[in-house]
Amino acid sequence: MKREVPLFITAAIGLFMILSFFVPHQVVSVPADFLQQSAVIVVAFGYVLGGANVLRVNVDAISKRADGWPYKLMLVAALLTMLIVGLVEGEGFQNEGTRFTWMYNNIYSPMAATMFALLAFFIASAAFRAFRIRTVDAALLAVAALIVMIGRVPIGTALTRFLPEHHRLPDLAEWIMNVPQNAAKRAILIGAALGVMATGLRVILGIERSYLSGED
Amino acid sequence: MRWLENLDRRWIFLAVGVLVLIPLLRPLALPLYVSPPTQGFVNAMDQIPDGSTVLMSCDYDPGAKPELVPMTRTAIRQLWSKHCKVVVTVLWNGGPGLVDQVLREEGRAAHKTYGVDWINLGYKSGNEAVMVLMGQSIPNTFPRDNSGGVTTSYPIMHGVRDYSSFPLLVSISAGYPGTKEYVQQVQGRFHIKMVSGCTAVSAPEYYPYLQSGQLEGLLGGMAGAAEYELARHEKGAATQGMDAQSLAHMFIALCIVLGNVVLWQRRRRGA
Repeated sequence: MKREVPLFITAAIGLFMILSFFVPHQVVSVPADFLQQSAVIVVAFGYVLGGANVLRVNVDAISKRADGWPYKLMLVAALLTMLIVGLVEGEGFQNEGTRFTWMYNNIYSPMAATMFALLAFFIASAAFRAFRIRTVDAALLAVAALIVMIGRVPIGTALTRFLPEHHRLPDLAEWIMNVPQNAAKRAILIGAALGVMATGLRVILGIERSYLSGED
Repeated sequence: MRWLENLDRRWIFLAVGVLVLIPLLRPLALPLYVSPPTQGFVNAMDQIPDGSTVLMSCDYDPGAKPELVPMTRTAIRQLWSKHCKVVVTVLWNGGPGLVDQVLREEGRAAHKTYGVDWINLGYKSGNEAVMVLMGQSIPNTFPRDNSGGVTTSYPIMHGVRDYSSFPLLVSISAGYPGTKEYVQQVQGRFHIKMVSGCTAVSAPEYYPYLQSGQLEGLLGGMAGAAEYELARHEKGAATQGMDAQSLAHMFIALCIVLGNVVLWQRRRRGA
């Protein structure tokens, strides 16, 4: 019973949600809405669990003076500061002029943007050290990458302005995006969609049981 | 060319820094042109009836600020130029603060009133489940806005029920959840017209949706945002950033070529 009941609930709700896609009648749509709203609430609880887990793991590492514990201390301090300030501010914590908004705009936002901006430096370094053309496939990839990279920015237009219209780098880049890239991407999307459908059916039919207790 | 083999990567970092900085200080005014996906975006926005209410989902966080904030600003200006009302949602938990800041700045500049001309419904966890729930009822999915006010108490929300209340969905997306999920969960199911603005790295993923007509237009990264500004005869942050991005792209292309020159040299020597 310990396994049969969850399997039955999964199958019943899975089939019901598929039915709700095709039957808009309120007999089906109202319970389907309720289930979806429940899913949103469960996801929200996931954040609470996630936050608690971050605290547990990092406080444990700090108390044991594990490698990099000062960074973990910073993480816990930042997490608690944002949480406490948000709670103290109350319902309008995201309004203009609140301390929470100040910390978001002046600490979180610039730091998050900086982390992403650093990628430009590492990509340049990686392009020099790791993008090695050893095979014909790699050569094709490199040529396509160079065309798209330069064709998608104004310098591509400037460099090939002397060529006839529709034969310039931006046109070539657009063709690569629209034809070979699109064909490959469609194949990947269709393959992934079939995989998702197969996995969904396996879960609904009780063949895939790994979510129950780690077994196959 | 042996020096290349032992090149300290800090020289590469320095070169990227200089190449990005110089055009920001002294713009090169490289020529821009409007690509067909961008033109599709502009046309779809133009075709919205004046004064209608549009749904805009800003699904990003500060990491995507240079790419997505300029297009958000231009899109909102285009909508307001047509006297449209804008209902904004955010499905990324790091995003509501940034999106709210951008909207308030634009709202002040255009003398638009919160709750009448625009509303920020804020963040809701649940990803695809939220998208589908909005198809049943938007006020029920977002009972309160970003500032904690009761959603239904705002005049802008009086005519808003679900996706059928909007002639267009504008998805500005940095990844998951975003444009792809809106196409899969909403566009096909609720038959709403849709355009997307996304980061350059995720643009290739959306080209199949553009070709199939599920997306009517697509802005890919800062280049897409700059083209959009050009199409709207504006000169914003994206246009200013394109020179820097051009030089950075050229340098990365040069790095790929030089890296392979080193490889071929080593091979010739039999190393």
